[in-house]
Amino acid sequence: MKLAHLLAASSLALMAGAAAQAKTLVYCSEGSPEGFDAAPYTAGTTLDASGKTVYNRLVEFDLGTTNVVPSLAESYEVSEDGLEYTFKLRPGVKFHTTDYFTPTRDMNADDVIFSFNRQGDESSPWHQYIAGISYEYYSGMEMPAVIKEIQKVDDLTVKFVLTRPEAPFLANLAMSFASIVSKEYADQLEAAGTMEDLNNAPIGTGPFKFVAYQKDAVIRYQAHDDYWKGREKIDDLVFAITTDPAVRMQKLQAGECHIMPYPAPADLEALKADENLTVMEQAGLNVAYLAYNTTVAPFDKPEVRKALNMAMNKQAIVDAVFQGTGQLAKNPIPPTMWSYNDAVVDTTYDPEAAKQMLADAGVSDLSMEIWAMPVQRPYMPNARRTAEMLQEDFSKIGVNVEIVSYEWGEYLAKSTDPARKGAVILGWTGDNGDPDNFLAVLLGCAATGDGGANRAQWCNEEFDALIQKAKVTSDQAERTKLYEEAQVIFKDQNPWATLGHSTVFMPMSKKVTGYVMDPLGTHNFTGVDIAE
Amino acid sequence: MIRFLLGRFAYLVPTFIGITIVAFGFVRLLPGDPVLLMAGERGISPERHAQLTEQLGYDRPIWVQYFEFVGNLFQGDFGNSLSTKKPVLDEFLTLFPATIELGLIAILIATLVGIPLGVFAAIKRGSVFDQVSMGAALVGYSMPIFWWGLLLIIFFSGILGWTPVSGRIDLLYFFPNGTGFMLWDSLASGQSGAFTSAVRHLILPSIVLATIPMAVIARQSRSAMLEVLSEDYVRTARAKGMSPFRVVGIHALRNALIPVITTIGLQIGVLMAGAILTETIFSWPGIGKWMIDSISRRDYPSVQGGLLLMAGVVMIVNLIVDLLYGVINPRIRHK
Repeated sequence: MKLAHLLAASSLALMAGAAAQAKTLVYCSEGSPEGFDAAPYTAGTTLDASGKTVYNRLVEFDLGTTNVVPSLAESYEVSEDGLEYTFKLRPGVKFHTTDYFTPTRDMNADDVIFSFNRQGDESSPWHQYIAGISYEYYSGMEMPAVIKEIQKVDDLTVKFVLTRPEAPFLANLAMSFASIVSKEYADQLEAAGTMEDLNNAPIGTGPFKFVAYQKDAVIRYQAHDDYWKGREKIDDLVFAITTDPAVRMQKLQAGECHIMPYPAPADLEALKADENLTVMEQAGLNVAYLAYNTTVAPFDKPEVRKALNMAMNKQAIVDAVFQGTGQLAKNPIPPTMWSYNDAVVDTTYDPEAAKQMLADAGVSDLSMEIWAMPVQRPYMPNARRTAEMLQEDFSKIGVNVEIVSYEWGEYLAKSTDPARKGAVILGWTGDNGDPDNFLAVLLGCAATGDGGANRAQWCNEEFDALIQKAKVTSDQAERTKLYEEAQVIFKDQNPWATLGHSTVFMPMSKKVTGYVMDPLGTHNFTGVDIAE
Repeated sequence: MIRFLLGRFAYLVPTFIGITIVAFGFVRLLPGDPVLLMAGERGISPERHAQLTEQLGYDRPIWVQYFEFVGNLFQGDFGNSLSTKKPVLDEFLTLFPATIELGLIAILIATLVGIPLGVFAAIKRGSVFDQVSMGAALVGYSMPIFWWGLLLIIFFSGILGWTPVSGRIDLLYFFPNGTGFMLWDSLASGQSGAFTSAVRHLILPSIVLATIPMAVIARQSRSAMLEVLSEDYVRTARAKGMSPFRVVGIHALRNALIPVITTIGLQIGVLMAGAILTETIFSWPGIGKWMIDSISRRDYPSVQGGLLLMAGVVMIVNLIVDLLYGVINPRIRHK
């Protein structure tokens, strides 16, 4: 009897000990992932749950910066002509061992080639391993046009041959879609006829291995014991999916989770006042803008666009709309991005001068549309309110504004119509921290036309020549100069009114240590610890 | 009885056809298409748009798509979700237990509280109790669910700390091969504290979801009871010197319950609508939350499949209620 008691007591103590040792970090995530293959998806919520936890890439963004540093590739070389990128792979990198897969070899060139070819090679059985799948980032970053071939030099050396020099190529390789998956695992799935499991039960080399996903509720991960950078300090990572920001805040305050993204702006005061919490903040890598249609009169005249920009009280808009969670924008790229030209002077708020300028341009009784997005986006908390304030500002210089809006999908499509009337409120969040990802994607000549992201339909030869040149130049100092010059032309021509850059907030328990905010807006839990 | 049954089944056929048309048409009537939403601010070239639309089969005439949808239904194929690429039926079946569990507990609370409330209010007609309870029912009926849910969370979870904020069970517990019915899974697991945790997580969402049906049931019970209490046979029973408990509890209540049962059946549809909001607030992984996400993504197969399956469930429940009604009230069966 006594022995039984003793045994029971000691096993209890053991269990308690184990429970005390296991460190679990609970993250109240904002939505459900669409799947766990990082290549076919573009939503940040999905990529947080796969690209940032389960996978690594050849190169990665140094956490907390947009600098590209080696990762699964130990080192890389770029040929003189910028057409060949040779990656030396890190030896001894282990894939996850789970109850559904046990790797027999380390990561090698086959895995790298497989990870890209399945996206680029339409004849690969993996290209459509799930019906209806498509690789939007791979095509969006122009990889099919840029990559000529990928060669296996030896087991630990891979060479990418490009069709043209492409300076943002390395930054693109650091994005989640370029995650390295296990070919051995894929082969096993193919043989078993369960290819779709690549998207359900992922295997990577990343800091955390996937354990289970209960749809719309919880995602569970465990620290990867053989992680090549060393095992994480936390043992378990849990994503508790909580879509409503007010509920996320309640959960954080009640101690049901340690950290949450995207607090409601109205709750920030209360969160900051809570003595158990820390609220980290960082300038977001984004911009909100008002794009004129520069191909339609009278907005084809730069002086008209400038006059309208001068009529806006932007500071008042930022104060009212962002409520302390944003800052004025003068350039089309955010201040945290390299090549940001701080010497550019924003158009000054001067309604009187604006009125005169319009009269000088021969414009009177101007009526225009301002499009307000129907949804909240990370770069723009309230487009409707912004439009109303612009309407009021413009009325002071005799410009009559009609505010229009469409359903979000329609809005996105109709706003790319080259014949569109009126100016559009929209914005952008950077994908890879490269200025090309803003300046070429949003303002380049190639992005004009139906379906393009250049909603100003603005094609300025001088500007375009600069960003094209920067795109094929590999020297960053030289690129910086080119982009700085491009920003001067942009400001001179005013195809947009740059409205604001929003700040990103990350409230967390004071027990959480080592969390680093990513300027690219992803959520990473490497290096995070929980104080006892 | 057989004729009655057949008659009821015959009603289902046109209803079902109607639902397929509504479910199929509804999401397509909404502006915005899934390909555009997927592309986001980046935009998409007309060629790529056409290519993806074709890949998804949405370039074909609408009636071809409809008949393919219906044809596939007969093979049990509800299509694949555009976002997760998984079969819609699998997604539905994964999430449905959570909704059933929440819905059953809610309707149980609504019935067990609503009927006695209505009956007592009828017996004590005009009293303070009557006025307070019927006033409360009116408030409950008019309560915006989202606001009400958040209020309860802030008060009971935030300030008092009595109940968890959201979710189905403490993250400590995890049943990978469970049935999806958390109360059952937690009991079957034998882990201490699991069942209590599941119950604690159910309290607030089920109260929120029960609020409107409870108010409706209470009001309906009251008026049904009042009507019955004024019937001759009740007066006769009272005149015979039967105890008030027997008069009300046995003779009056049985007859008063008939319309109340219909009301409860009709509340199943209301419950489904309420589940959409309740699940969203409490991060409850059920079909309500899933439908909302699918609609905002214009995930055509998920929305049409989900609507159809939900409508199917409501139809079956209503059929059962009809049959039950026939059992309780023989006059209907013999009509």
